[in-house]
Amino acid sequence: MSGKFVRGLRAVALTGTVLLGAGSAFAADPIKLGVLEDQSGDFAAATLGKVHAIQIAADEINKAGGIDGRPLELVIYDTQSDNTRYQEFMRRVLQRDKVDAVFAGFSSASREAYRPIVNQFDGLAFYNNQYEGGVCDANMIVTGAVPEQQFSTLIPYMMETYGKKVYTLAADYNFGQISAEWVRNIVKENGGEMVGEEFIPLGVSQFSQSIQNIQKAKPDFVVTLLVGTPQASYYEQAAAANVNLPMASSVNVGQGYEHKRFKPPSLKDMYVTTNYIEEVDTPASKAFVAKFKAAYPDEPYVNQEAENSYLAVYLYKQMVERAKSTKRDDLRAEIAKGDVCMDAPEGKVCLDPKSQHMSHTIYLAKVGADHSITFPKVWEDIKPYWLGEAGCDLTKSDPSEQYTPSNPPSKS
Amino acid sequence: MDAITVAFAALYQFGDAFAFLVLSACGLAVIFGMMGVINLAHGEFIMCGAYVTVSGANAGLPLPLAILLGALVSAAVGALVERLVVRHLYERPLDTIVATWGLSLIATQGTLIVLGSTMGGIGTPLGSFQIGGYSYSVYRLVLFVMAIAVLAGLYALFNWTRFGVMARATIQVPHMAAALGVDTRSVYSLTFALGAGLAGLTGGLYAPTMTLVPTMGTTFIMEAFVTVVVGGADVFLGTAPAAVILAIVKSAMTSWQGQLFGQIGLLLAVIVVIRVLPKGISGFLLRERT
Repeated sequence: MSGKFVRGLRAVALTGTVLLGAGSAFAADPIKLGVLEDQSGDFAAATLGKVHAIQIAADEINKAGGIDGRPLELVIYDTQSDNTRYQEFMRRVLQRDKVDAVFAGFSSASREAYRPIVNQFDGLAFYNNQYEGGVCDANMIVTGAVPEQQFSTLIPYMMETYGKKVYTLAADYNFGQISAEWVRNIVKENGGEMVGEEFIPLGVSQFSQSIQNIQKAKPDFVVTLLVGTPQASYYEQAAAANVNLPMASSVNVGQGYEHKRFKPPSLKDMYVTTNYIEEVDTPASKAFVAKFKAAYPDEPYVNQEAENSYLAVYLYKQMVERAKSTKRDDLRAEIAKGDVCMDAPEGKVCLDPKSQHMSHTIYLAKVGADHSITFPKVWEDIKPYWLGEAGCDLTKSDPSEQYTPSNPPSKS
Repeated sequence: MDAITVAFAALYQFGDAFAFLVLSACGLAVIFGMMGVINLAHGEFIMCGAYVTVSGANAGLPLPLAILLGALVSAAVGALVERLVVRHLYERPLDTIVATWGLSLIATQGTLIVLGSTMGGIGTPLGSFQIGGYSYSVYRLVLFVMAIAVLAGLYALFNWTRFGVMARATIQVPHMAAALGVDTRSVYSLTFALGAGLAGLTGGLYAPTMTLVPTMGTTFIMEAFVTVVVGGADVFLGTAPAAVILAIVKSAMTSWQGQLFGQIGLLLAVIVVIRVLPKGISGFLLRERT
C-alpha cells in the first residue's frame, strides 16, 4: 500500500472518527479504544449494531466517571466488509492512533486477516463475535460463543426431536468449513448420519439446485451455516419450494435477524443456539433493549454481537480498574485469576484463563410459523471448554494459532 | 426415481439458471453489448428496481404492477444518468468504467444511509408444486417464462419497430443516421433508459425471492457480464445462445458437485468460449464509433 493512497484514505476515514468523552470534565488522559467494524458492505446489517452498542457502553461509562477516572475515547473506522480494510485500519489504530485495545471483526476471514498484525504490534484485540472456535492467542480476547457452546447443545437436541439424518449447508470459508466439521463430529458421536453436505461460495444467492439436492437426500433436518446477505436468500427460496424441513443454525437469527427481515413463514422451525437475542425475556435483557432503543430508535434489531460488544466494554473496564493499568500483560494477569466475570444482559459470563474465551448462557431460540421466538431450552453457564481440554493454555504459552478438531494443539 | 422426475428436475434447474443469466444480462446486453458503455452500475439499477418493487408492493400495489413500476423508475433513473453523465462519455468508453463505478458506489452507500442496511421482504407468491420426490416453486417457472418473453420482446423491438431500426442505425453509424434526420441524442438516451429499465425489471422479478440489501446488485453482476461478453454485440442472437450454453454447464456442474463447481464450470466455459470465438468480445470492444 503506497503512502499516497493511505493519505487519501485518511481523509475519507477521518469522517468516521468519533471522539467521545473528550470534554473538559476529565483531566486525565483518555483510554483509547479502536473500533473496527463493518458499517457498510455485505455484513453491515449484522454489524452496525455492534458499533452502536459500543457507543452506548462508552457513553454510560463516561457519564459515570470513566474507567478509573480516565475518559474512554473511541476511534471508529468503517471496515466496509473488506478484509484488506481490516489490515489497513488495524495497522493504523495500533501505530498511529496508539489505542489501548481494539474491538474488531465480524467474519472469521477478517479476524484471520488482522490477527497477525495484532501479534506483530503486540496489541490487544477483542473479537466480539460467535465463530468456529480454536483461536489460541494471548493477544485476543473472544467474547462470542464457540461451537462447543452452540453445537454440543443444539445438534443433540435436534437429533432427539427430529431424527438422526442431518444435512449441512455451509458458507465456503474457514467459518463454514470448521463449523461443519464440528457438526459432523457431534452427529457421529450421537449415532447419527450425515446424508449430505454442501459448501456455498460467499455471494451466491440462487439455491434451486441446492434445494433439490437436499430434497433428494431426505434429511430429518438441515443445518444452515450460511453467512452474508446474499446467502440468506436461501430461506425464502426453500420456503417457496416447500422444502418444509426443520433447520438448525449457530449464525442465523442471532446475527442477521432473518426472522424479522423475511416474510413468515419462511423461517418456520428454525432452531438457533445463541447467547443473546433481543427476545430474551429477562429483566436484564429487557432493560438492555430499552436502553438500546432509546439511544438508537431506528435500530432494526439488537443481536448477539451487539450484546457481546456491549459487555466487552464493561469487561475491559473491569480488567483495567482491577489491574490499575492498560498494559496487556497486567490485564492478562487479572484474567489468569479466573474471576473476570460480570452480569451481562444475557446472564452471568466469565473469561476462561486458558483460552481467553467466555462462558455463556446459551438460549435455544425456536422460530414459529409467524416468526415469533420461543425458547424451548436454556443452558446456563456453558463453558468454552474445547481449547483448554485440547491443550491450549495461554497462562503458560502463547502459540497464536487457530486449532480445529482435526488439527488440535500438539501435546508435547 | 423414474425418468420423468429426473428429466423434469434437470430441465427445471436448467430453466432456473437460464432465467437468472438472461434476466441478469438483458439490460447490460443493451447498454454494454449494443451501446458499448461498460456499465458497472448495472447491479445498482437492478437494486433500484427491487427496492421500488418491494416499496410498491408494501404500499398495496399488486405485484405485477409493482414490478412494472420498478422497471419504469429504473428506466427514468437510467435516462437521468445518461443525460447527466454517460452522454458526455460516448467518445471515451474507458472513462465510462470509472464514472459508472463511482455511480454504483454512490448508489450503494446512499441506499445504506437513507434506507438502512436491509429492507423487509415480501415473500414469494404462487406457492409450490410436486413432481416425483421433489417440490418446486411455481414462481421460478414464471421467471423462466419472463426470461423468454424479454428475449422475444427485445428481438421484436430491435427488428420490427421504427425505434429499433433507428437505434441500430444510430449505434452503427451515428453521423449517417443523424444526416438522415434521426435525433441521435434522444435515441441514445432512450436506448440507455431501455437497458436500465430491463435491469429494473430483473430486480423487480427477483425481489420476492431475495434478501433486500444495498449490495444485492453485486450478486447479478458477474453472471451479467460473462453472459454479455460471451454473447457479443447482438442482444438477441448473443444473449440467448450464451445463456443456453452457460446455463447447461452451470446447472449440470452444480447438480453434480455443488455450487462451487457450478461457478467454476461457468467461468471455465466462458474462457473456452472466448478462446474459440474471440469475436464474441472483440466485436464490440474494438468497434469504432466515428
